[in-house]
Amino acid sequence: MKTKVECQECGADISVPEDAVTGEIVTCPDCGGDYEIASKAADKVELKPAETVGEDWGQ
Amino acid sequence: MTQVCIIYDKVRFEEKALYEKAQKKGVKAQIVDGKTLTITTDSKKKDFALGDVVLQRSVSHYRGLYLTACLEFLGFKVINKFQVGETCGNKLITSLALAKNKVPTPKTQFAFAAESALETINKTGFPIVLKPIVGSWGRGVFPLRDSEVASMIVEMREEDDSPLSRIYYVQEMINRPPRDIRCIVVGDQVVTAIYRYSAENEWRTNVARGGKAELAPITKELEDLALKAAKAVGGGILGVDMMEDKERGLIVHEVNNTVEFHGASSVSKNDIPGAMIDYAVKVVKK
Repeated sequence: MKTKVECQECGADISVPEDAVTGEIVTCPDCGGDYEIASKAADKVELKPAETVGEDWGQ
Repeated sequence: MTQVCIIYDKVRFEEKALYEKAQKKGVKAQIVDGKTLTITTDSKKKDFALGDVVLQRSVSHYRGLYLTACLEFLGFKVINKFQVGETCGNKLITSLALAKNKVPTPKTQFAFAAESALETINKTGFPIVLKPIVGSWGRGVFPLRDSEVASMIVEMREEDDSPLSRIYYVQEMINRPPRDIRCIVVGDQVVTAIYRYSAENEWRTNVARGGKAELAPITKELEDLALKAAKAVGGGILGVDMMEDKERGLIVHEVNNTVEFHGASSVSKNDIPGAMIDYAVKVVKK
């Protein structure tokens, strides 16, 4: 079951898939804000603002 | 039982696939956020529960590179080694390593000031490719088609804050089909090869730029060249990128240190993360 977390920026609901793990990035469907899953236990998910894509990101 | 530690700074498809595959294979795995680690000159290996071998999977090149240096200092086996990351993270150093080891690679010229860069570009002729020596996902890679555009791009580079922007990496444009080949090398094995086709209105083939993947046959020529290129940069788990020159055949233009394989996995039946976990276990036993 998806868990819903409120977007810290715009207040919209962000759906966190059941199989998502700590460290994954989720995006707010309304404002496009990116969040990293800080912790995930049972039905409680905590998000923190994700790092901005750095110039040295990727391969 | 071997313990594999997957270090990440952002969990992507690849890190999840590696973790899940390790568990399926009965290999004890943990996934650790590299952003939470702090290491000092007094630190000891026993202070860190990072298992027997570390798969360095940070998406940030420098974070992964310097964290690897610290972990190697502590005595951990890290895939890939610091030296490999340092070579692959810099296109100039990679080109030198490929050329030194006689791996066919595009002719590349290096200049160290705007004036000499423009002189080199204009003397060689157009089209020609200007790349940043450090960068990824095709950022800052420009095909230069005339002298005016070349001057503008070089001027932009001069105004950039990074001192690395003043190192000019000028490469011949290869007469290739609208695709390149990404080979995933794990140790002494080419696990998968894919064609990466440029997206519409895009010259670069990076999947991150919308490039599309299609399975490529692993021919003897491709296999030999991919392994030779991987060896030239120090070996490990690598993404060797090749182009098909219409006259010279396969040419290696890049080797990637923290290889992404989401695109390759979508078209390949080969077990890419499985091969990586097997390799990590093998490295521990060496």
